[in-house]
Amino acid sequence: MIDFKEKFVNRRKLIKLFATGVAAALAPFAAKESDAKIDWEEYFQKHFKLMTKEEKEKLVKRLEQKYKEKYKKEFKVKISDAMQNVEFGYALNLSKCIGCRRCVYACVKENNLSRKPQIQYIRVLRMKNGEFDVEKSEHYYEPALVPEPGYFYFPVQCQQCKKAPCVKACPIKATWTEPDGIVVVDYNWCIGCKYCMSACPYFGRRFNRGEPVIPENEINTTVHYLGNRPRPMNVVEKCTFCIQRSREGKYPACLEACPVGARKFGNLLDPEDEIRQVIDNKRVFIFKQDLNTIPRFYYFFHD
Amino acid sequence: MKILSFIKDAIKEIIKGSLPYYAWVGFLIFLILLGAWGYYHEFTKELGYGSLEQHVVWPIYIGNFAFFVGVAAAAVLLVIPAYVYHFQAIKEIAIYGEIMAFSAIVMVLGSIMVDVGRADRFWHLLPFMGGILNLPVSMLSWDVVVLNGYMILNIVIALYLIYKGYTGEHPNKKFYVPLILISIPFAISIHTVTAFIFNGLGARPFWNSAILAPRFLASAFCSGPSLMIIALQIIRRYGGIKVQDVALFKIAEIMAYAMFFNLFLFGAEVFKEYYTGSVHMAPMEYLMQGLHGHNKMVPWIWTAIVLDITAFLIFISLRNIRSIKLLNVGCVLIFIAVWIEKGHAFITPGFIPGVLGEIHEYTPTFVEMIVSLGVFALGLLLFTIFSKLVVGIETGRLKYNKETSN
Repeated sequence: MIDFKEKFVNRRKLIKLFATGVAAALAPFAAKESDAKIDWEEYFQKHFKLMTKEEKEKLVKRLEQKYKEKYKKEFKVKISDAMQNVEFGYALNLSKCIGCRRCVYACVKENNLSRKPQIQYIRVLRMKNGEFDVEKSEHYYEPALVPEPGYFYFPVQCQQCKKAPCVKACPIKATWTEPDGIVVVDYNWCIGCKYCMSACPYFGRRFNRGEPVIPENEINTTVHYLGNRPRPMNVVEKCTFCIQRSREGKYPACLEACPVGARKFGNLLDPEDEIRQVIDNKRVFIFKQDLNTIPRFYYFFHD
Repeated sequence: MKILSFIKDAIKEIIKGSLPYYAWVGFLIFLILLGAWGYYHEFTKELGYGSLEQHVVWPIYIGNFAFFVGVAAAAVLLVIPAYVYHFQAIKEIAIYGEIMAFSAIVMVLGSIMVDVGRADRFWHLLPFMGGILNLPVSMLSWDVVVLNGYMILNIVIALYLIYKGYTGEHPNKKFYVPLILISIPFAISIHTVTAFIFNGLGARPFWNSAILAPRFLASAFCSGPSLMIIALQIIRRYGGIKVQDVALFKIAEIMAYAMFFNLFLFGAEVFKEYYTGSVHMAPMEYLMQGLHGHNKMVPWIWTAIVLDITAFLIFISLRNIRSIKLLNVGCVLIFIAVWIEKGHAFITPGFIPGVLGEIHEYTPTFVEMIVSLGVFALGLLLFTIFSKLVVGIETGRLKYNKETSN
């Protein structure tokens, strides 16, 4: 396992952060004039949902330029809207999951998650057979081989709730539910108060105190504004069902990585969709039903 | 221009002082600078709580936040006896309560600002600057509204009375008494809404308890006044202001009731968790006796409980033993006890165990304590400066003088 507590700091970026934000008096520290201009625009950027189409296009250009300077790669920043008559849902077959964590690492790679400090959106809990108690579960199991006899595995990620407590909590509407059911964050609007993290019963959100570190050769340059674009530091981020993929009719990365086909994904509104086949025909349950958050994420057992 | 000469004279009054005054202000400025250094340090070097911060989402700052909201109650505990029950001895000193109130709110807002990741984006919270508040659903948005409302009310009341005292005009009761009366429900609401921030989270059973708001009110009526009682004595000694003992003991009497209620409510919570014994008991168990060998929180809460009970016994014995010294001991004990009980010992167990059962323990770091002290010092500095103005007016030093001011 990579050391979680490892600290990282990118000084130049920090100074820029201070320069644009905390105090204008610190502005002389800003590294380059062009950088400062981009940051200034970013600082006074409107809430994403309040932007006009033109403003969004300008934003895309600015971000692509910024990422190009920073990562020396051509980025494609998408702002695609939700598709009509689509509400995404996910189902996970606990009988099949072998606890290999391939989904975890596929997610990290696809979504440009920080490697240092290490951030993962999916947490796989190992449970003893006969128990379904998260407090007794093991998060850091590391056997030579999975699955281990006597255990089953319970992967948890953002459940994209219909009554999302995180969305309710946010004081400035920096996080909301899209028409296709994906709960997203405007990373450029979030102030990092972490109230949503306190409100989430599923450990679905992460906070990044450091400048995200991504190995150069592993950067995913196909990104979505509300999804996997390189995140600013000190804000909250989360799983978006790989919005950059799912809105183009592709499966989320975690699903494609699963070697045993335990993961199912699709449109809840389409009776023919495989997700509906699962929900309508299998015995499904949702996690922490008593909290009435109404997840769009289902679990089931089926051999 | 009366206002200009007021500003000029007020600045003069603030700058000129005795040696203890300079020493005190210098000490506070030192703490503020130290805090600023700590904040900068935290943002540049001590980044990445890493895994810890994913689980214990809020550090000591949010504990301080809840605590300072309580301190802001100092005002209402002076205002109610003074303006509702017309208790004269307290009416004379009620203005210090208002100053304490807005100084405490500055500490509250400061605690939030040092906690959020992007303090540079604070304007997102200000609707008149293009920000958005998530009303009516987010309790944090409501807190922004009521905290600022309460702060502005108290600033307006205090400045108005100070200014009128300066010019020697009679303050217009029709203007300021309604404001004071409005500030009472506002004071109640800042505690209620702050409690609701935590209270409303189904994900955190430790906070998801209906008696949280009353508990917040009860402990607020202890912590704020305890600071007030000590501050009033300092003002009395160094400012030469008349503060009657009977006023201090009246405040202490109310504190005794509040502390009883606070202990009772806490006991009720402990009973509910332990007797039911559901899985939701885990955070309480972690707090009171430790969970699966993790027990960093245990010494904190037991210290608070012992101090709380001791202070309560002191306060009820004050009925018979009218000793200022004993009163002060009680105040110090209560202040520390409530800071623990409503701060660290209230926030941290909310996250332990985490929502997926993980246990990551948290103890405030040295740098966090320095930053917290800096925020505290900032509020105390404001309180000191404004109290100095009031003292100046009451002793006749700070007065509008037509000849010299023009």
